[in-house]
This record gives sequence, structure tokens and C-alpha cells, in this order.
Amino acid sequence: MNLWFVLAINSITLGGLLFLLSAGFSLIFGLMKIPNLTHGSFFMLGAYLATSLLARGFDFWTAAVAAGLLVAALGGIVERLILRRLPGAELAQVLVTLGLSFMIADACLMVWTGDPIQVATPGALRGATSVGWLAFPTYRLAIAVIAVVFAAGLWALLDRTRLGAMIRAGVDDPEMARVTGIRVSRLFTIVFCLGAWLAGFAGVIGGPILSVYPGLDQEMLPLALVVVILGGSGSLLGSLVGSFIVGFLYNFGQAMFPELAYVVLFLPMLIVLVVRPQGLFGRPAL
Amino acid sequence: MTWLALAGALVALTAVPLWVGSIYYVNIASQILIAAIFALGINVLVGYAGLVTLGHAGLFGIAAYAAARIMNNGHDHVAVAAGAIALTLAAAAVFAVLALRGTGLGFVMITVALGQIVWGIAYRWISITNGDNGISIKGRPSPLGLSLASPAAFYWATLVVFLVAVASMALFVASPFHVWMIRFLAFLFSAFWSGVAGVLYLYYNQFVSPHVVALTASAEALLMVIAGGTATLLGPIAGAALVVIIKNVVSAHIERWNFMLGAIFVVIVVFMPEGLVPGTIRLTRWLRGAP
Repeated sequence: MNLWFVLAINSITLGGLLFLLSAGFSLIFGLMKIPNLTHGSFFMLGAYLATSLLARGFDFWTAAVAAGLLVAALGGIVERLILRRLPGAELAQVLVTLGLSFMIADACLMVWTGDPIQVATPGALRGATSVGWLAFPTYRLAIAVIAVVFAAGLWALLDRTRLGAMIRAGVDDPEMARVTGIRVSRLFTIVFCLGAWLAGFAGVIGGPILSVYPGLDQEMLPLALVVVILGGSGSLLGSLVGSFIVGFLYNFGQAMFPELAYVVLFLPMLIVLVVRPQGLFGRPAL
Repeated sequence: MTWLALAGALVALTAVPLWVGSIYYVNIASQILIAAIFALGINVLVGYAGLVTLGHAGLFGIAAYAAARIMNNGHDHVAVAAGAIALTLAAAAVFAVLALRGTGLGFVMITVALGQIVWGIAYRWISITNGDNGISIKGRPSPLGLSLASPAAFYWATLVVFLVAVASMALFVASPFHVWMIRFLAFLFSAFWSGVAGVLYLYYNQFVSPHVVALTASAEALLMVIAGGTATLLGPIAGAALVVIIKNVVSAHIERWNFMLGAIFVVIVVFMPEGLVPGTIRLTRWLRGAP
């Protein structure tokens, strides 16, 4: 198979995973103004939890959803018990989420040891699918499809439901939303859990491609940061476009300039920051 | 009184190698001083300019790597120090222009990203940084013909640099500037001392690796500043001493330093946001039931 074709497929797959990860990050940041530095840990923790569930004989998709739920529960606890105590204290929130990310990383190291764990591709999705004269690896194709389905679902949730309308109101003007009777604090918990679930789920379905290893969290978090800075925080479309930009930059950067892959990745972000600090799809700060 | 206390502290600090007893503790004292210089540099941004940075290990690391490379090319200590600091300041100027596009959270996120770029280079640009294996140097240099090989000599040299750093902080804080300019200058000033600490770190360990520029390192340094209490001269120094001592004591007993670091972070931020020293006083009062 052509190298460029493979790279493009890998880029789309990574973009899909990044979308699941960064959509939650972006929503949490947009609504709650919390830069959740545990988001990479949620991704890794989801993947690790799923490996334990898989080892106990659960099937892949059950494990993915369940691991996501466990991570979401942890997210809810963190939000209720800790972040709630620090309203509006952005610095404190950064530090607490960073501290928690260290604790989660070290706890994972204790429980699952330092050896990388391979996650088997679910049986039905092994091999390749032919579309016309091109053969796509089926599982990678599935990730792209899942990302698109989730993007559509999240868009529908935000744009078409009452909950979505409340979340948008909370993003735009929390005080006003509160005055009109929206329980913003409950909204915060829901969005935080949703974001955590998406991250944990993404970690699991990323497992067969990335495998799970210590440091996965620190690898994914900066990517999510770049996506959100590129796309603009609080914007779903921004996350989607940003994720695929980063997916392509990362894979092509690594293939073409292996020693400078990170620089290639962060350079466009720096350009966006200088030219358009609010991100491609973000609104300028008031 | 203040002068007397200062003089007393100075004498006690100078005499450290004479009274702490073993080389082990002299070395820990040196580590504390290096960490304190770094923390003081970060405090310029965090405490006085209100800009929280999580990318300063990048600047610290640039200085250490640059010094190692220049030294291994056979240059003398003046070239090593000057070259390393100049390179750090150049990098810091670029960092500052970019990071100051954002304020508050934007600034934090940009510094994280910049720090990760440096980490990526340290880890991956193997022809320059030797990747994961890091770079070693052959022994400490001898500035002005004075050997730094012994722990006590190294401690005294570091103490001199430390005292200059403290004095420069006091002067810098007292000087008025234009707002953007002060932020930019504060960034450079902060980078300068981070770079100095980076060079000293290299001299001390005679080795540098990507682990120095990891996000954990930036966070650890920030913890020193926050733990001690920001916007004071003494806070970061106390914080640096605390973190270095805990790290050495804890890591002698258990492997899980990162878990401890995270837990300390969470506890301090949630229960003692103003820093350990004032926080402890407040908590003990509260426990005693005083109003």
C-alpha cells in the first residue's frame, strides 16, 4: 500500500480519537472555564480499566462503555468534591487538576505496572474493507465513523435539546443563565461527567491502535490542548476541525521530520495564537 | 533587628558545610539553593506579574542542555555560562512574545504547550540532545581557577549565586515599568534565573536528560512557589527547601514521589491556598476553635 495513503488513514484515525478527547475538554473549558489537565489521565485510565474488564471476559464494546462510565463517575467525584470548592479560582483549578493527573498516573503505574498492554482489535473489525479499488483497515475506518457519529450526536445534543440550550446559555452567560432558573451547578457536573466519559471511551477505542502504557496521558493532553487552542474553546466545530488538523500534522510530521515532529505539531498553533488568539472557530474574548 | 536577623541567616547559611555534618546534607543544601533560585525566578512571574507558568522547566532545560553542549565542545566556563544564558534569554524572548498573547488561562496553556515543544526536542532531536540517554559532562568547571569538585566548594559557589539572585529580586520588585513591558521584562528576568539554575543543575549533576524538561518538572517548581506562598521573597525559598527535603526523604522510603507530589498539590490548593506558612497558622487557629 502507498505510504501516503497509510499516513492519511492514520491521520484520520488519530483525528477521530482526538475529537472524542478534545470535545469534552473544550466543552468543560467553554462552560466551566476549567482547564482540565486530568483529561489525558481520563483517556489513559479508561484504557487501563478496559484492559482489566477485557481480561475478565467482557466484550470490547461493553468494556469501552463501562470503562467510560467508571471514568465519568471519577470525574463526577472530582467535580463535586474538589473543583466545586474552587469556583472561579482558575489557578487553583489548574493546579488541582494537574496534581490529580500525577496521582492518577502513579496509581495506574502501581496497578497495571510499567509494561505496555496491547488491546486486541474487536473480532468483527479485523482485516481490511475494500471501497472501490482502495483497501481500508476496517478498525481505523470504524474509529473515523464513530467520531463522525459522536460529532453529529453532540451537535444534536447542544443544538436541538433543552439540555443543550441550557449548556449553551451557561457558556454564553452563566450569571444570566442562573437568573433564568437554570441550575448551572448541576449542568457543570453533567458536562464534566460527559467530558470524562468521552475521554475514557476514546482511550479504550484508541487501545488497539496506540496500546496502553505509562506516559500515554502526558502524550495525549498536549495534543488536546493544541486542538482546543487551534479550534477555539467551547466550539464543537473547532474541536472537529482542530482534531483532524492535529491528526494530519502529527502523522505526516513524524514521517517527514521524525526528529522535529513536535515542532511541526506546535508551529501552526503558535501561528494561530499570533494571528487569531481566540482560535479558528472561537469567539473573541469580551 | 531585620539587619541582625539577615546577618545571622547569612552566617548560618555560609557555615552550612561546617555544621550539617555529612556530605550528604551539604549536597542537599546545594540542591535546595538551586531549586530556590529556580523558584525565585518563577515567582517573579507567578507572584508579582500574576502569570502562572507551567513551561519554565523548558527554559531551565535549555540552559542545562546548552551548557552541556558548549562545555563538551571544549569551551571554558565563561563561554559556557554566557552562551547558555544568552540562548535561554533568546528562547525566553520568543516564549514571552507568544505567551503574552494570552492572559490568565491562555497564558498557562501556551506555556504548557511551549514546555512540551522543548520536551519533544529534548526527547526526539537525538543528533542535538542525545535523546533519552541525555548528555554527560566530564566534571565541574573551575571558574576563576577555583575548583567546584568538592561538595562544600560547590555549595559556597551556589550560595553566592543565590544571594545575588535574592538581591536582584528585591531590586526588580521595587522598580516601576509599563504594564506590557514589565510582563515582558519579568518573563526575561524570570528566564534568566531559571537559566542560571539550569546551568548550576548541570554542574551539580554533570548530566542532563529529557526528564529535566518534563511537565512534571515545571509543576514541581511551581509547587515550590505555591507551597511556600507567592509574591514574597522567602516563600519560594521555603517552598524549595520543603520540596527538596520531602523528595529526598520520601524517595528514600517509597518510590511513589509523583503520587505524593500530586497529593501535596491538591491538599495545599484546596486547604491552604495562601501557602504553607500562613496556611498552617490559620489551620491551627481554626483547630483550636479561635474565631
